[in-house]
Amino acid sequence: MKRLLLLSVFLLPFTTFAAGPEVKGVSKDWGFLGPFGKYDKSSLQRGLQVYTEVCSSCHSLKYIAYRNLSDLGYNKNEIKAFASSFTVVDGPDDDGEMFERPGRPADFFVAPYANDNAARAANGGAYPPDLSLITKARGGGANYLYSLLIGYKEPPESIEVREGLHYNKYYSGNLIAMPQPLYEDGVEYADGTNASIEQMAADVTEFLTWAAEPEMEARKRTGIAAISFLLIMAVLSYIAKLQIWSDVKKKKA
Amino acid sequence: MKSSIPNSQFKNPVINWIDTRLPIFTAMNEAVGTDHPTPKNLNYWWNFGSLAGVTLVIMIITGIALAMNYTAHVDHAFDSVERIMRDVNGGWLIRYIHMNGASFFFIVVYIHMARSLYYGSYKAPRELLWILGVVIYLLMMATAFLGYTLPWGQMSFWGATVITNFFSVIPFVGEPIVNWLLGGYTVDNPTLNRFYALHYLLPFVIAGVILLHIVALHRFGSNNPLGIDIKSDKDMIPFHPYYTIKDFFGLSVFLAIFCVFVFFLPNFLGHPDNYVPADPLSTPAHIVPEWYLSPFYAILRAVPDKLLGVLAMFGAIGILFILPWLDRSPVRSAHYRPMYRVFYVIFIVNMLALGYLGVQNPEGIYIILGRTCTAWYFIHFLVIMPLLNIIETPKALPKSVSDPIFSSGSSGLSPAASRKLK
Repeated sequence: MKRLLLLSVFLLPFTTFAAGPEVKGVSKDWGFLGPFGKYDKSSLQRGLQVYTEVCSSCHSLKYIAYRNLSDLGYNKNEIKAFASSFTVVDGPDDDGEMFERPGRPADFFVAPYANDNAARAANGGAYPPDLSLITKARGGGANYLYSLLIGYKEPPESIEVREGLHYNKYYSGNLIAMPQPLYEDGVEYADGTNASIEQMAADVTEFLTWAAEPEMEARKRTGIAAISFLLIMAVLSYIAKLQIWSDVKKKKA
Repeated sequence: MKSSIPNSQFKNPVINWIDTRLPIFTAMNEAVGTDHPTPKNLNYWWNFGSLAGVTLVIMIITGIALAMNYTAHVDHAFDSVERIMRDVNGGWLIRYIHMNGASFFFIVVYIHMARSLYYGSYKAPRELLWILGVVIYLLMMATAFLGYTLPWGQMSFWGATVITNFFSVIPFVGEPIVNWLLGGYTVDNPTLNRFYALHYLLPFVIAGVILLHIVALHRFGSNNPLGIDIKSDKDMIPFHPYYTIKDFFGLSVFLAIFCVFVFFLPNFLGHPDNYVPADPLSTPAHIVPEWYLSPFYAILRAVPDKLLGVLAMFGAIGILFILPWLDRSPVRSAHYRPMYRVFYVIFIVNMLALGYLGVQNPEGIYIILGRTCTAWYFIHFLVIMPLLNIIETPKALPKSVSDPIFSSGSSGLSPAASRKLK
């Protein structure tokens, strides 16, 4: 108990440090939070659709391969078909030439630009970051991303929005280079869900949280098993300790 | 066998044969076995030494596994870490254990040191034991810093830049020394390569110093919560099985808490910026050290002058080396030192405050608080500690561990119970 207290005292100073961005965003009750949290597969699939139809025109997702989509509930044929809808530059071939071919499940998500400079040039000098780790790379994680996506509002009178920037309620400093990506009915969901801005933001956030932490469900499952095992071990070793130490107490009396 | 050959005490013939020629089993038995007499009144604060040892082993094993999959090159380091997280079997587990293990190693060692400070374990005749401990602590800080560079995230890069820059304050030769350490003019591929090599080396140096730490410990045995010398054998119990089982229980609880972080809060103690690949052209808004280095970062920033700041920071650690001679009180345990006890609590709170301040922006009230806490850190060691021996009247010490009440007759009370009485 003492040690737990002490541990919490030790960790206390770092809670603020791990907390979110300066601008307070929206907190959503995500299904993947908590020790038993799981991803919602239908939301992941919708999120993939939002990423593919909207985000992927500027943002890469380089650490995810098409084969990883089996986590979202797709089968092999679906993944093959999805992968082959993209064009991958491969090579060099036997003649030393680069060539194009349809994507395969083992390929990583095709990036929208050939390199970082091309990405910058196409976006007015602002680099659209890779999204594979975005929820881990921003304080506030999933809530940060969700807030940002629904944070495009009419700027208040007091704020002057310069050329090439856009007002966002939840972005630190309120001016962001990325134009508003999501509009009502911006995608037509395959499962018929109403594509409101909030719905699309939530789905793509769920998808990108998975992209950042695809191991999460396995991690939490393993954690429950490991901690249960250790607690049983603690109880048994405490009983053994009492047993072994009983003669030390006796000597004292 | 000729009777002139001294025989090992072990009954098992194979062990006996080996031990007679290579007394490794005798050495083990004297280290953590039945031949290591230990005071019988050690409380749970004495668990943290063995916990630190176990944590080092965990770090070395996971570290070697990570090294098999890591690429020390500025173009590939970040990607190789992500590959470990996503494609290496169990890679996420190994990396999260290693990453959080660093923090928990420091938590355990900080508690171990706090215990030593409270019960006066650094005092004669255990001065060298304490000094070797401070050497281990210094090596740990170096190892942790080097390791934090390896994922090549934004905080890795800029942390390395800030910390190596400390050496530029050395008069005349500062800049050449920094260039020599970095292997160039900025933190770059040569820096990453040498940091990786040193990060792999230092844990084994730590293991070596731990060996010396244990040899020094066994010279006079463990201190105990009463801080008095053990005079009779009846106050001693063998390390095994009494403390092996107690340490095993402590280890189970420790690992359970550790697992909460590894499996459920793996990035809680880290900084999100380190999931952004290093970019020499973009400085993060705030460069902050890992929490365990934060108190010293606060001391560094408290001093307006760069050279003096660096000196204060190294001095804050250096002062620990002469602690056994700053504290002149012959009484070890704070139980019997009413004034030291109060200052001890203030010191711990001050330390936590420094840790908090080290990760805040140095502006407004934080500057004043940072300077006050830094001043108090040095006042505690340089003024309070030497002064206490003069102005403090320690309480009467018990005669032995078995008789913590001062009468010579048997009290029948456990040390814990008698402590509550006072």
